[in-house]
Amino acid sequence: MEEKINFEDTMKQLEEVVQKLENGELNLDESIKEFEKGMKLSKSASKYLEDAEKKITILVKNSEGNLEEEEF
Amino acid sequence: MRPEPITVTYLNKYIKDRVAEDEYLKSVFVKGEISNFKHHYTGHMYFTLKDENSLIKCIMFKSSTATLNFIPKDGMKVLVLGSVAVFERDGVYQIYVKAMQEDGIGDLYKEYEELKNKLEKEGYFNENHKKKIPFMPETIGVLTSQTGSVIRDIINVSTRRNPNVHIRLFPIPVQGKKAELEIADSIRIMNENHLADVLILARGGGSIEDLWPFNEEVTARAIYNSKIPIISAVGHETDFTIADFVADLRAPTPSAAAELAVPDIEEINIKLDTYKNRYKNALKKKIEYMKLRYEKCIASKIFTDPASKIKELYIELDNQIKLLENNMINKIKDLKTSAVKTISRLDTLSPLKTLTRGYSIAEKNKKSIKSVKELKKNDIIDLKFIDGKIETKVI
Repeated sequence: MEEKINFEDTMKQLEEVVQKLENGELNLDESIKEFEKGMKLSKSASKYLEDAEKKITILVKNSEGNLEEEEF
Repeated sequence: MRPEPITVTYLNKYIKDRVAEDEYLKSVFVKGEISNFKHHYTGHMYFTLKDENSLIKCIMFKSSTATLNFIPKDGMKVLVLGSVAVFERDGVYQIYVKAMQEDGIGDLYKEYEELKNKLEKEGYFNENHKKKIPFMPETIGVLTSQTGSVIRDIINVSTRRNPNVHIRLFPIPVQGKKAELEIADSIRIMNENHLADVLILARGGGSIEDLWPFNEEVTARAIYNSKIPIISAVGHETDFTIADFVADLRAPTPSAAAELAVPDIEEINIKLDTYKNRYKNALKKKIEYMKLRYEKCIASKIFTDPASKIKELYIELDNQIKLLENNMINKIKDLKTSAVKTISRLDTLSPLKTLTRGYSIAEKNKKSIKSVKELKKNDIIDLKFIDGKIETKVI
């Protein structure tokens, strides 16, 4: 199981990568590094979105008064 | 003698005037129950106000109905403010209603205002206590009725925006006695078990009594103490419950709450793609720029014609030598000219020149004689001619 990412942070970092690269002030080595970082970030963001699983559930109390989760 | 009969019109006019003169009837405040309610297509409202023993006709003109904050229905207990007047044509008197409110809710409003002020003073509505709604919550906890359109609306909007969303419904009673206790409990349970990343507390529209559990202090406190951010969507857009004020975010409707809680995946995917294209293009541009710089360097003469510099130096050297030579030639020329000049001057001054013209030079002891005074008798002097000299004696 991969480590969970903070989606908002990931998007923010991705935005930074784009801005840094578009600024054109980086040297080639740095540019390539940022590019690789961008690829990694967008990949994990896409994966995060794909991995989410549709679930609509309802919490119900069972006879012992404990919460149970059921399909809604 | 029989009295003169009067017309019906006259009588009704007379009664109308009598009633109109009465100060008390100009402004009456009446409580009763609505019956026979009709909302005419012209916008005017016609109804009867009654109690156990009596009834009176009422009319509320369109111009006054705009101020109503509820929809009147038969059986509703109301308070009306208006004037009593006679409608001559039908010979009836009625209340011309200027304002109307639900009876009994006066106390509720008072309670609402008191609690609102109290909680406001305690800082329950402070902006800095409000938690940020997470950008991409994994699980949306929905606290609402298990049945009805609210949960349906929330599921529809949420799944439309993100087909993979996880919605966890915690059913609660949304009206009725003690509903507030279950509402507060549901918030507590969701928090204790970390069952959601964001909570939507929702309820459809209803009367102020229906919405009352959301105006209870116990509900307000539970919302305030929740670690999970709460979006409230209680009643219609125009209803503001205490829960709405305490919640971290207020949505005008349950659907709007779902929109605020669930980001649109389509939009995010477009954004992701745009970012991807942008950083790819940026690197491509960078590399192209580098290539251009490289090509410019390679195109330089240094690389295309390595000997060119030496050639240039040779040319330079040749130029220098030529310059030097020219200098030398000029100098020699100058010297020659000046020598010729000097010689010609010498020539004019030469005594030999004088001798050719027939003059002679007299010398004594090898020195030319300039004056007679230098000479005595018997001095031997030389006389120089152009073609020789003779010795001469002064006599």
